[in-house]
Amino acid sequence: MSRTHVNCEINGDHVDFLSESGASLLNALRDDVGLMGVKEGCGTGDCGACSILMDDRVTCACLIFAPEAEGRTIVTIEGLAAADELHPLQQCFLEGAALQCGVCTPGFLLAAKALLDNNPTPTETEVRYALAGNLCRCTGYDKIIRAVLEAADILAANAATNGDAK
Amino acid sequence: MDYLAPTTVADAIDALASTADSRVFAGATDLIPQIRSGRPEPGLLVDLKRIDRLTALAESDTSWTIGAATPTSRLTEDPSFSSQFPGLSEAAGLIGSDQIQNRSSLGGNLCNASPAADSVPAMLVNEARAVVATADGTRTVPVSDVTTGPGATSLQAGEFIVEFEVDKPPANTGDAYLRMTPRTEMDIAVVGAGARVTLDADGNCTEARVALGAVAPTARRVSDAEAALVGKPINDETLAAVAAAASAACDPIDDKRGTIEYRKQVAGVLAKRAVKLAADRASGTATTNGESA
Repeated sequence: MSRTHVNCEINGDHVDFLSESGASLLNALRDDVGLMGVKEGCGTGDCGACSILMDDRVTCACLIFAPEAEGRTIVTIEGLAAADELHPLQQCFLEGAALQCGVCTPGFLLAAKALLDNNPTPTETEVRYALAGNLCRCTGYDKIIRAVLEAADILAANAATNGDAK
Repeated sequence: MDYLAPTTVADAIDALASTADSRVFAGATDLIPQIRSGRPEPGLLVDLKRIDRLTALAESDTSWTIGAATPTSRLTEDPSFSSQFPGLSEAAGLIGSDQIQNRSSLGGNLCNASPAADSVPAMLVNEARAVVATADGTRTVPVSDVTTGPGATSLQAGEFIVEFEVDKPPANTGDAYLRMTPRTEMDIAVVGAGARVTLDADGNCTEARVALGAVAPTARRVSDAEAALVGKPINDETLAAVAAAASAACDPIDDKRGTIEYRKQVAGVLAKRAVKLAADRASGTATTNGESA
């Protein structure tokens, strides 16, 4: 099995790593880059625990071959918070107890970020559809949906304030 | 496994010819689970997504060209494409989650050759054509000629689909795709039904196309259902004839998703509803999607 040298941007930093050609990006991110926030659930694209953003699109890292990341821009859960301030999605998940064991949480947060980046004011139904590719076996989903809707309100309020400041 | 990402069709053909143990892929949403479940690993993976033509989505005066590896999310998000082909767009939007739709493609959905592939009945009713890259250039074949059975296609070793061409529908035409799954999202069709209907000024059907998925070794057109509509209005009588023809055209399997009897019954109901929705779209009276049709 040959090894491939991969150059890409991860969470704002240029990163290069050597990976087995047939390895998944999930394994490369965890084992070669050291980003343990990317979780493996099913490994077949059904559960969404390994969700990342690649070129601003939410995808399952388990369904990507590591060399495909060449030249791409990747965001993992480690890149969501700004310095020591949590992203509003993270804050809302925390305050709303939208997690229990936490294994699915990074994937939910990134899928939710992808939704809010494209649709800042989603309906509850739109949130439920957008998160249909993420499975949580603890919470029963309602707290997650509420946290995402709450974060959408906070982000919209922040955007309005920033707009006024300008 | 070795990995190559050629940037031209010619380089991809050369890469595939370099070893008999090569395999093209687009989104890998079927390939990786298959490898994980124990299918043999190919020696060489050829990633088609760095070839511009393979990830294009282009509209001309008379047709659309859809790259074989273009993510299906591009189809559902394009307002112009979705308004001209609502059925094909909705079928593309049923393939897995957002995570999957940012990777899945019409080329992969067709060539994986699952009888339940959602986009295939919708492509059949729009009579989409596949442009196939070969060692000697390209050949264009109807999508209906690509799959030959579960997991099997008519593509020869070293060939791959570059893009799909689909002609714009004539005036007063609508298409639709409906599927039956026990869950709302993230499921595989028990039955899928596609339809395209063209109406004249009196509301009579001048052209009809009906196709079914998940009820036979490959998705198939239902010519008896089409014949039952041409020259006639869309009413209870003609829709009943569509349902009977669709049920009769099924050659399904019994499996965990549905029995033979159930699939035949549902195929009739779904074909009828898909024709009705397509006709409502053709006449501009569609007010709902398939959920309540």
